[in-house]
Amino acid sequence: MNRYRADLHVHTVLSPCGDLEMSPSNIVKRAALKGIDILGVTDHNSTKHGALIRKLAEKEGIFVLCGAEVTTREEIHCLAFFENDDTLEKFQQFLDMYLADVWNNPSRFGYQVVVDENDMIVEEIDRLLIAAIDRSIDEVEEEVHALGGLFIPAHIDRPGYSLFSQLGFMPPDLKVDALEVTGRTTPEDIIAQFPDLAAYSFIGSSDAHYPEQLGTRMTVFEMESRSFEEIKKALHGEDGRRVSILTDRHRG
Amino acid sequence: MMTVADIVKALNLKVFSGAGGLDREVSGGYVSDLLSDVMGKADAGQVWITLQTHKNVMAIASLKDLAAVILVSGYKPAENTAEQSEEENIPILGTDKSAFEVTGELYTLIK
Repeated sequence: MNRYRADLHVHTVLSPCGDLEMSPSNIVKRAALKGIDILGVTDHNSTKHGALIRKLAEKEGIFVLCGAEVTTREEIHCLAFFENDDTLEKFQQFLDMYLADVWNNPSRFGYQVVVDENDMIVEEIDRLLIAAIDRSIDEVEEEVHALGGLFIPAHIDRPGYSLFSQLGFMPPDLKVDALEVTGRTTPEDIIAQFPDLAAYSFIGSSDAHYPEQLGTRMTVFEMESRSFEEIKKALHGEDGRRVSILTDRHRG
Repeated sequence: MMTVADIVKALNLKVFSGAGGLDREVSGGYVSDLLSDVMGKADAGQVWITLQTHKNVMAIASLKDLAAVILVSGYKPAENTAEQSEEENIPILGTDKSAFEVTGELYTLIK
């Protein structure tokens, strides 16, 4: 088995709160410097920088999971990842259909721009990407899994926009591929409170909005190679694959 | 003490589910859309005013032994939420009014 370091929660300049320095080319350069092996691209309610980052990252030997950080109707943030361009595009259409018709005010929330590999703006998104989509967490989970994707509630221990803050606890019938925790608590703390959650894998990520945040919190994937299937197996602890959150004392 | 049925009548609320619990007595109210907050702070016998429609609403209403849930602004309970309301005999009520308006009316009624 090999060990890969993954930062699966990263915003780009497309997210209104993402720093202007978070262009695909800068993110890939930084990720390479930080020794990130697997990078998750998760802008708020948009997948539009995934393909370019995947293309640029290939040259650096970084495996990219394309997806988004979805805001459900309950205002719960959830990470969703897709295996190929076709399912990613279908999920983008789902987001376009259900994102609230609220317009971004760039001076208040920040710019929402898609850029090319030379950091030139190719598209500006008008609808506010940090608004919620008009689908429940159960409906989003069903859509993600219908497209063969991975569904991971984000920063579940955060006091806002999280599974725990909005719904109090994890609905027992929600089908998740893993749960993301912040550094506020540990998986052990969470399992002590909710013993049923011992059945799930936990990941830690940087939730980077600025270049210097990339890779500041990561998850180690122990698996044969880097592929969507292997990542899925590792998240589910199958065939000897597994994941663990990289803590500071293990970082090097 | 006022019952849920009294409140339904006075505020002209829709009864979505859990009519078996309309005779529950109401001790007060609590307004919040964060279920984690309601878990910590709501008290037994209160009517919970919210726009959340997820099934976990009923799990928390049951855990806290709340009298009823009022969904505001025209929100309707998810199907499995209504089912659980029937099982628990905790009514889910509804109104097209906003949380602000219905809270004001309820406060005036039971204060």
